[in-house]
Amino acid sequence: MAKALLEVKRLSIDAHPGHRLVDDVSFEVGRGEFLGLVGQSGSGKSMTGLAIPGLLPAPCHTVSGSIVFDGMDLAGMAEAQLRRLRGRRIGMVFQNPMSTLSPTLRIGTQIVDAILAHERIDKPLAWQKSRDALGRVGIPAPDERMAAYPHQLSGGMRQRVAIAIAMINDPDLVIADEPTTALDVTIQAQILHQVQKLAAERDAAFIWISHDLSVVAGLVDRIAVMHDGSIIEQGSTDQVLDAPRHPFTRRLIASIPSMVANIDELRASDPDDITYTQGITGDAQG
Amino acid sequence: MSSAGDHAASLSLTGVSKAFQRQQPLSERIVERIAGKAQRHDLWAVRDVSLTVEKHEVVALVGESGCGKSTVGRLACGILKPSAGTIEIRMSGPERRSRKELEVQMIFQNPLDSLNPSHRVRDIIGEPALAHGLIDRRGVAAYVAGLMSEVGLDPSLATRRPHELSGGQCQRVGIARALAVKPSVLVCDEPTSALDVSVQAQIMRLFRRLRADQGTTYLFISHDLALVRLFSDRVAVMYLGRIVEVAKTSDIFSRPSHPYSVALLAAAPRLDQRRQRFTPLEGEVPSPLAPPSGCPFHTRCKHVMPRCRGEVPRLRQVAPDHWAACHLNFELE
Repeated sequence: MAKALLEVKRLSIDAHPGHRLVDDVSFEVGRGEFLGLVGQSGSGKSMTGLAIPGLLPAPCHTVSGSIVFDGMDLAGMAEAQLRRLRGRRIGMVFQNPMSTLSPTLRIGTQIVDAILAHERIDKPLAWQKSRDALGRVGIPAPDERMAAYPHQLSGGMRQRVAIAIAMINDPDLVIADEPTTALDVTIQAQILHQVQKLAAERDAAFIWISHDLSVVAGLVDRIAVMHDGSIIEQGSTDQVLDAPRHPFTRRLIASIPSMVANIDELRASDPDDITYTQGITGDAQG
Repeated sequence: MSSAGDHAASLSLTGVSKAFQRQQPLSERIVERIAGKAQRHDLWAVRDVSLTVEKHEVVALVGESGCGKSTVGRLACGILKPSAGTIEIRMSGPERRSRKELEVQMIFQNPLDSLNPSHRVRDIIGEPALAHGLIDRRGVAAYVAGLMSEVGLDPSLATRRPHELSGGQCQRVGIARALAVKPSVLVCDEPTSALDVSVQAQIMRLFRRLRADQGTTYLFISHDLALVRLFSDRVAVMYLGRIVEVAKTSDIFSRPSHPYSVALLAAAPRLDQRRQRFTPLEGEVPSPLAPPSGCPFHTRCKHVMPRCRGEVPRLRQVAPDHWAACHLNFELE
């Protein structure tokens, strides 16, 4: 990796003055690389993901640090410029596809819009491109699906549409925030399979945000673990999972049911709930 | 709170089916009436399910969304009435009350949605016991405090409303509410899937402790196979409204018999599989409005034979305590 495609340096995000959500976070992703950003809810992983394309919900804002994407600093970029990058060079996939898709527009219209927002091509050509994109994410009978409304598709199909839209303009960077969390395991495996295929076909960088280490394990090259707004550990997937250095990473691994032999070994890492359980029932906690 | 100790119950479902009627648009109804082929549009969410949960046993019901596992849970609790078949609650001790339905209580997936947002915790937990005459009004505060400690909640939270609690705390309230009428069977419908993984460990430990202290019988509904492996004695795998395999937990994981169970286990992500080539099961679960003929899984099964398209396989014993509904096991007949 000569020069990283995306370099996040010392990024901090505040909700209100003095209320820090993300604190001094640095990481980079190169072309063709999968980075897993993991942590439990409230750890700041989603906020970090949203900050990159400048989508932080008010009043959250970047207070310091830089987000250098292909030589441009996104942190200080004007909204109009950012809008030209989003959806074209940076694609995004969120957990709930219904929050990405408009319920009142046909699938085809929505994908075509995503193309025409960034490119001046004929509508029939855009329609053709959209249809092919649906085929590539594994949607059967793409012609019929183009005319369907989101509510007529299953959850897995909707998420495929969202992925097709995120990838339609051949982005250099894809940020996926818990994209398979709401799906069944066999559908999740199908989507991960499609994403791997798409990633292999092009040289895009992926940031995969998830609370689920076991999903990330099979997919990513490197892992950054977030806790309380900071990255507490990052390294190659094997390093982080086989030889975790930070105690929190170890606990996160031990909270995965497939990694332990019985419920006693299953660790809890939510500090609030731990105090209650300890105080009242004296449960052993890790 | 160990008075339930000697009162164990088993839960037995025999040939249970549940159909829901689809609301048909008026235009469709008129067209069909004119064409003279008015028919019922039934959606069979559960088809011919027979399952017994012995006393003190934990039986897990696994499968993907839409397979009917939650419907089975609701039928077991009496929230829904079966269209066919019987559900029986058998007590091992003497009958201790006239309303046997109270023996089976349910814990729901989304704790916040299943709690009345305008009620305080003490009302949510205290009301069922009060309504069923287990306590009188003066005893409510102490009863609620006892239950809250039981599930690991600080009793000082009794005056809070659900939105003032964390997800894990809300689920504990939901569990305390279920325990309030002293049930011997708990039906847990995805009790930890709306919670953070880290909170999951605490709730699971609470279930395990209740089981050890009170001998609670569980029907544990989950899509998380790894969690099921840790908690259950037996596992029933459901697909499209039918049970396709039932076996002891260790057998399901080491020697799954039904092709769907095999695929389901293979699809579950594991921490020790790195840079994995995901090789998914093709296709999606068929619509229960138009289920395939024969074996419900034949549209996605890679071992499909002509017989699978015509004949529904019955659950048959393939090994001791191991039942599967697949023609492959009896190919030579």
